[in-house]
Amino acid sequence: MTDALIHTRLPDRAPPISEAGIIHWARANLFSSVPNTLMTLFSLYALYMLVPPLVNWALINANLAGTDRTGCDANEHGACWTFIKVRFNQIMYGLFYGANPDQIWRPVLAFFSLVGLIIPLFIESFNHKGKLAAFVLIVFPFIAFALIHGGWLGLPIAETSEWGGFLLTFVLASVGIVAALPLGILLALGRRSELPIVRGFSVFFIELWRGTPLITVLFMASVLLPLFFPAGVDFDKVLRALIGITLFQSAYVAEAVRGGLQAIPKGQFEAADALGLSYWKKMLFIVLPQALKISIPGIVNTFIALFKDTSLVSIIGLLDLLNMSQTASQGHEWKGYDTEAYLFAAFIFWIFCFGMSRYSKNLEESLDRGHKN
Amino acid sequence: MTDTNIEGQAVPQMPKIDKDDCCYSIDIKGLNKWYGTFHVLKDINLQVTKGERIVICGPSGSGKSTLIRCLNRLEEHQEGTIIVDNVELTNDVKNIDKVRREVGMVFQHFNLFPHLSVLENCTLAPIWVRKTPKKEAIADAMKYLERVRIPEQANKYPGQLSGGQQQRVAIARSLCMNPRIMLFDEPTSALDPEMISEVLDVMIDLANSGMTMLCVTHEMGFAKQVADRVIFMDYGEIVEEAAPEEFFNNPKHDRTQLFLSQILAH
Ligand SMILES: Nc1ncnc2c1ncn2[C@@H]1O[C@H](COP(=O)(O)OP(=O)(O)OP(=O)(O)O)[C@@H](O)[C@H]1O
Ligand SMILES: [Mg+2]
Repeated sequence: MTDALIHTRLPDRAPPISEAGIIHWARANLFSSVPNTLMTLFSLYALYMLVPPLVNWALINANLAGTDRTGCDANEHGACWTFIKVRFNQIMYGLFYGANPDQIWRPVLAFFSLVGLIIPLFIESFNHKGKLAAFVLIVFPFIAFALIHGGWLGLPIAETSEWGGFLLTFVLASVGIVAALPLGILLALGRRSELPIVRGFSVFFIELWRGTPLITVLFMASVLLPLFFPAGVDFDKVLRALIGITLFQSAYVAEAVRGGLQAIPKGQFEAADALGLSYWKKMLFIVLPQALKISIPGIVNTFIALFKDTSLVSIIGLLDLLNMSQTASQGHEWKGYDTEAYLFAAFIFWIFCFGMSRYSKNLEESLDRGHKN
Repeated sequence: MTDTNIEGQAVPQMPKIDKDDCCYSIDIKGLNKWYGTFHVLKDINLQVTKGERIVICGPSGSGKSTLIRCLNRLEEHQEGTIIVDNVELTNDVKNIDKVRREVGMVFQHFNLFPHLSVLENCTLAPIWVRKTPKKEAIADAMKYLERVRIPEQANKYPGQLSGGQQQRVAIARSLCMNPRIMLFDEPTSALDPEMISEVLDVMIDLANSGMTMLCVTHEMGFAKQVADRVIFMDYGEIVEEAAPEEFFNNPKHDRTQLFLSQILAH
């Protein structure tokens, strides 16, 4: 035997300078070709033209002092955030709470209780998620309503018709989203059912709402719904909007979920059948968890669309965040400052929609088990 | 396909077929099935006694999968009677559920539930179908995972396992329901060659424990080693059935001979 060959591993080396670092990145992404270079230069120029004036207007020269428009009128080169400051309560909580700032703790308490109740649902080691979720979904809405509406324990009544601003937007969107999810899932299952009546009904229902614009649905909910009830029954306007929104939204959720259901391989159904799982158990434990995961981006898209579409309730005379901002800027007191009103509303909408979109991305990633079949 | 080192082994005896209908594990009489106008199963008659091990083979498209999928009603049949574990398979959902609880099935592509861990795959049906308490179900599952030799993978997800390991989990998952009959549909044909034997070993172990087994496979070594009977299907018919020794050494039908010459050629 001669000496055995001993293999020594080569040490790792850092990549050559040109393969990493900011210069390489810029060269590869910004200046890789003539058109790309032109685009980059044009974009930089556009940013140079837009950003400094915007920053000057919105931040550096902005007005925030005082409680009326005199300061703003004197300095036309800056945004009038004084207006938003003075009308903040009205824009966020609507007419009743705008006029009764001492009561604002009620919606605020409701909102932060909700946040506080939801947080444990995201803590891995929390063991009572199911019970807490049921409480949040079924009991909490009544508590929140009692708190915000008042009329007991000496709390002044805030009629739902006087709810408005962000409060109304949030109520309409969150109730719509939460109520439409189970309904949409049932409709999606119904659409794939083997029972012709169930399938036919689901298809009819889904296509009915998908074929109708939300604004029409809201209009019908407001005008037509009362016709079906005896004259004395006065249906709450917000409740009417909620019913319309929920039915409308459920059709879109159903279509998003159906896409997920279609992606589940036949073998999963067969394996569940072969183990003797009943239809509902098969769906609940095997099919829906996988299908919903696939549908998350689609479902969140419909949520984001709904969140923004709640503004359409203006058609039935409800003032959500956008409409309330606009209304606030229309009195003679703040006339001319509607740009600030729209920007503020857009900013709040953006925070929530962007948050939903990021959350859906996280959820997708955390549910990914790294499998293919 | 090799058939060495199996010749020397004792061929299990054909069990005596009991004439009494009540004692068949599976009793198929005059079974016919169509897909649309395509006649996929033709006049199938098959009786399987308790503890019997049957290997079904035949060319692609001959109806092997369809036949065993009729046994737990993954496919409906149009004519004839199928009695499994003394329960007749009809449209009656109760009967179907009863049969499915007693019949385990292993698929070519494993069909594990990818969103559940190996252990959860194994305990789901016992807990929700058999109503076994969770602790007991977990203990049972660990016992069967040990039996298929992968207890250490219990907390992994199916996507993290090799094909052979996944198929063994699938076998354990079926066993956790304590089935009286096990159906296998080409359990090794989606596996890389080096993983086939680890799955066959588990199946041989199961066969030796007295489980009633129906196995669609082209693993002729496995057939020779454990089968009590080999059934050859072609064009939706049972063409020939015999004890393995007879079947391989003395095939009677020319179609069987052709099939065997093809399958043993390489
Ligand atoms: N759902 C279906 N609809 C129509 N025809 C089908 C269906 N499933 C199977 N078939 C046909 O029935 C025949 C038998 O199929 P089967 O899957 O039982 O064959 P097999 O013997 O298992 O074949 P293989 O060895 O390829 O798995 C094939 O010709 C197939 O094309
Ligand atoms: Mg097959």
